[in-house]
Amino acid sequence: MRNYTIGGPDAQEEATGKQSDIRIMAGKVKWVTDIEKSVLINNFEKRGWVQVTENEDWNFYWMSVQTIRNVFSVETGYRLSDDQIVNHFPNHYELTRKDLMVKNIKRYRKELEKEGSPLAEKDESGKYLYLDFVPVTYMLPADYNLFVEEFRKSPSSTWIMKPCGKAQGKGIFLINKLSQIKKWSRDSKTSSFMTQSTKEAYVISLYINNPLLIGGRKFDLRLYVLVSTYRPLRCYMYKLGFCRFCTVKYTPSTSELDNMFVHLTNVAIQKHGEDYNHIHGGKWTVHNLRLYLESTRGKEVTSRLFDEIHWIIVQSLKAVAPVMNNDKHCFECYGYDIIIDDKLKPWLIEVNASPSLTSSTANDRILKYNLINDTLNIAVPNGEIPDCKWNKSPPKEVLGNYEILYDEELAQGDGADRELRSRPGQSLGPRGGRSRDSGRTVLTTWK
Amino acid sequence: MLQEESDLALIIAQIVQKLKGSNLYAQLERQAWASLQRPEIKLESLKEDIKEFFKISGWEKKLQNAVYSELNVFPLPSHPAAPPEHLKEPLVYMRKAQGSWEKRILKSLNSMCTELSIPLARKRPVGEQKELLNKWNEMGTDEPDLSLFRPVYAPKDFLEVLINLRNPNYENGDSHSFRTHLGLIQVPLKVKDIPELKEFFVELGLTAGQLGIDDSTQVPPELFENEHVRIGQKVLSEQDSAAAQQYIRQGSPTALRAELWALILNISSQPEDILYYEQLKTNVIQHDLLVDSLIYKDVKLTASNDDYYFVFEDYLYQVLLCFSRDTSVLGHFAYNSASPPKSYIRGKLGLEEYAVFYPPNGVIPFHGFSMYVAPLCFLYHEPSKLYQIFREMYVRFFFRLHSISSHPSGIVSLCLLFETLLQTYLPQLFYHLREIGAQPLRISFKWMVRAFSGYLATDQLLLLWDRILGYNSLEILAVLAAAVFAFRAVNLMEVTSLAAAEAVLADLSTLKVMPLLQIFLFATVT
Repeated sequence: MRNYTIGGPDAQEEATGKQSDIRIMAGKVKWVTDIEKSVLINNFEKRGWVQVTENEDWNFYWMSVQTIRNVFSVETGYRLSDDQIVNHFPNHYELTRKDLMVKNIKRYRKELEKEGSPLAEKDESGKYLYLDFVPVTYMLPADYNLFVEEFRKSPSSTWIMKPCGKAQGKGIFLINKLSQIKKWSRDSKTSSFMTQSTKEAYVISLYINNPLLIGGRKFDLRLYVLVSTYRPLRCYMYKLGFCRFCTVKYTPSTSELDNMFVHLTNVAIQKHGEDYNHIHGGKWTVHNLRLYLESTRGKEVTSRLFDEIHWIIVQSLKAVAPVMNNDKHCFECYGYDIIIDDKLKPWLIEVNASPSLTSSTANDRILKYNLINDTLNIAVPNGEIPDCKWNKSPPKEVLGNYEILYDEELAQGDGADRELRSRPGQSLGPRGGRSRDSGRTVLTTWK
Repeated sequence: MLQEESDLALIIAQIVQKLKGSNLYAQLERQAWASLQRPEIKLESLKEDIKEFFKISGWEKKLQNAVYSELNVFPLPSHPAAPPEHLKEPLVYMRKAQGSWEKRILKSLNSMCTELSIPLARKRPVGEQKELLNKWNEMGTDEPDLSLFRPVYAPKDFLEVLINLRNPNYENGDSHSFRTHLGLIQVPLKVKDIPELKEFFVELGLTAGQLGIDDSTQVPPELFENEHVRIGQKVLSEQDSAAAQQYIRQGSPTALRAELWALILNISSQPEDILYYEQLKTNVIQHDLLVDSLIYKDVKLTASNDDYYFVFEDYLYQVLLCFSRDTSVLGHFAYNSASPPKSYIRGKLGLEEYAVFYPPNGVIPFHGFSMYVAPLCFLYHEPSKLYQIFREMYVRFFFRLHSISSHPSGIVSLCLLFETLLQTYLPQLFYHLREIGAQPLRISFKWMVRAFSGYLATDQLLLLWDRILGYNSLEILAVLAAAVFAFRAVNLMEVTSLAAAEAVLADLSTLKVMPLLQIFLFATVT
């Protein structure tokens, strides 16, 4: 039965005022991407968004890291308007380049120490109690001499050399003799003022040669963390992270230092191994890891491990927050790589700005599709044309498989002194950035 | 009254005889002798004092656990004059069927042997022994060429045998009535109906807390979980087998599960056990068996491709290869309707003095066998402990899933239970599936034969196996199978072919077993 009103069809539409009408009048989100991956494109299409090119008026651009550099570089003078959102922060490399990440964390620690924060407490041997989560790292060639000093202290240790700007395990190798990296020492003598070209810069870190092994194999953890704003810090952890196993049994033996199948867990490397299996892809869910650890090691140590993992992720974000350009047009989904050693201590290996969206197995494809889906639900609320002036506080129903990892606003809103009084892992009760309804899955038990 | 007493006396005598040969007896004797040094043991009241000492020192508990274990595993004698075959299987036609099935398996094994000209067993040359010893922890790599090997049989072959089982004394008549059993199994065994199952599984009822339901994130832990964990820790500290078995009916907390299962199965890792395992390992190194290749092939086909278990591939070889050589497993054939296959030393066919059991443990693996071990790898990472637990699980439960018997936990009864439940409580669904040529048992058989391993998510599987241990029965597998069908009934009613029905039921990895079981048993109107 139609309602007849005076004024004709237009007036009638306004009179019914249905939600769908308003949306049609508002227009569809226009998207661009320079990454041709189906998990992305399928998500855009299912929202009814419209594909455009980057020269047209777009609302959402899922860009590669090369493109973001151009968008925000001083030369191009690009200005994003209020209804445009991009998936990277302009200077994400403060977190995602191996050398800058370490630099920022070192700086953060020193600052906390200077202000006398209990977080920066050290033990008798001078190691940070709560902030020692990155293996000892030096930049080469800049810190070569410092490195040599450290190397000589424990000459039987193994170190891992990683090029700063590369990914997927490219260019990584292990050393246990100074002679293997002599060429970086030569450079450091000659180039004290020249800026190192990013292609040649390496970091060298103490290799964790006692990783936790399951079934005799080394593995690492890939966790996805979404940051919607750095100041105030608001970040979400994706519940469905996974473990990546090496196809070959682990051995710390020096004869196998060159065997990348033993040491590097990157799928890009492992998938070329003889024993790579395309059905499971050498991946385990974090859920399985938790079940295994609880069954074989007990609930307390497992909970403590996961609390520590959440802690180090939040600390790493806090470390770069002051230097990060908190552009309101930006959000970012990071891929965190974490290794657990045999004492159940987690180590932050690196953070990836552009985690791989390639799917190695069927399950993988589903996982990454859902990851993008949940990310878009948080970053672009209601799938409507974004307004970057919004408060970036999505309702809890849209989180999907994300959980609030840390919400600085909520944490501060609770009033009390922010300084940590108890060690990470001990429950302070329902404080901090925990989402209100999460019942018992408390991600942060501290502020 | 007299009959009960003499029954009891018989049982006691049997248990005493069994335990006399065990390690525990030797230990108790040693302890008793050692206790004579203690001041509280007086000559006048020697017997009572030693008993008291045993009670305080926990040895009585160990003895209690051992007795309880025997009671669980060994069937009670039906009659003192019953011949030993009756202990294996009382019904003649079942024994016969099992016998002919075994003949078929052996024939298949022998023909594979001849075809490939591989001996059933051979001693390894020293070089090969050294190599295997080096590779012991990573037998998954460098696999031999297995393309010519095929599994001796697959579950569906076994199902065909069960379908053709008939009791010669039972005449169904040609007329069909509402009593006619419409399923594939056509033997008259007694199975429980839902009211009986409700009584049997009373602890799974709606008023009792359950792990797998009441520990989900929405439920505050104070309501059930915390208390349950506390009780579990108490049970473990008391080291009481029977209490553990009762406790685990409501599920085991993940952190306590490994210890609880060991307690219920009465496994304690003594140095002798570790030595025994090492001995088996030596046997593996020295001799190569044809079944080894079958095991290899099975692991590569099943566990290696499994999302949950691929990590533990190497453990599976370490357990299964040793298992094949473990002659202590032969003991379970006393109450298993199956008998170990016999083989003869070359050239001495038919001469009993030259007969050996083959494989040494009498168990020929079939396709999917390694999946019995795989879930245990989540709980135990020490090989000899893992081995012991698996062996005990096998001789208590798993053997029943691939031998023909009338036992209520035997696969035949489970199939019949499943079909009866479906026909009685979901008749429309059952009839529809039958009409489209999709007999439900054809789909659920493989779930039950593998005790759902590889079909459910691991945490759910472990919750299910908790209940197998708790109730000392495999009937829950049939109930779960029926519950799964009930859960997907709406979709199943719409399919029109066996393939489509299989597709609806292909992926069980998202199912939560305890709610399904509870709803089916306690919340459906019957």
